[in-house]
Amino acid sequence: MSDAGLADAVFYLLAAATAISAAGVAFSRNIVYSAFSLMGTLLGAAGLYVLLAADFVAVIQVLIYVGGILVLTLFAVMLTHRIADVRISNRAVGRIPALAILTVAGLVMGRAILAAKWHQLAELPAATPTTAGIGNSLLGEYVLPFEIASVVLLAALVGAVVLSRKELR
Amino acid sequence: MPAVGLTHYLFVSLLVFLLGLFCVLTRRNAIGILMGVELILNAANINYLAFARFGSAPYDGQVFAIFVIMLAAAEATIGLAIVLGIYQTFHTIDVDAAETLRG
Repeated sequence: MSDAGLADAVFYLLAAATAISAAGVAFSRNIVYSAFSLMGTLLGAAGLYVLLAADFVAVIQVLIYVGGILVLTLFAVMLTHRIADVRISNRAVGRIPALAILTVAGLVMGRAILAAKWHQLAELPAATPTTAGIGNSLLGEYVLPFEIASVVLLAALVGAVVLSRKELR
Repeated sequence: MPAVGLTHYLFVSLLVFLLGLFCVLTRRNAIGILMGVELILNAANINYLAFARFGSAPYDGQVFAIFVIMLAAAEATIGLAIVLGIYQTFHTIDVDAAETLRG
């Protein structure tokens, strides 16, 4: 199998893994299963990022999403459910209208994707390490959003502490 | 089968987005809704990176993807803290049940 053929096969594998586990998140009845399916989606997406030559973002995805956000989500699931309880609810409401909305949105966006004339490079550049370029962008062109991001993170930190501490009256 | 191009990635992203939207629309569980939001953010990220790969500005899309991941982390922290607060007050995290504004 040629190199390109192998890359395509890997793409289809990762895309299938991502989509199937995303379906698991959406349709699973048990919230714990949903959380673990979310891990599959996040890892599949990280694989897709690698295929898209975004090595740094893929590592960030694994570190922050899988290592941070998902663990936090699982903690919240465990803390907010009596796990011993049989009815670990992940009940869904209004599936039929939601499916109708989804069908319409999917058709419109799918048609848009197919109809648009995307500006694409004819010859893809070889995948090179991106970390240095991202660093230059973050401290050059995007330095203001970068600084604002740190303020946002600080605000989130303080907000989380304020929200979860015991109220002293 | 045509070689994998931009549209393939866009369709994967569309699928993940739709499933996330379904999650947000149908879930009663607040954490389930947050998971749907994560799916939608990931779909956006796949789009960003696909356009970065197949376009001519490789780093802009990746920097935006990093900002999206950063905001997702902030959102998850605050969202889950709020969920825990709701749980302490109402002893459930069904968003239907938490409908009073009194603290």
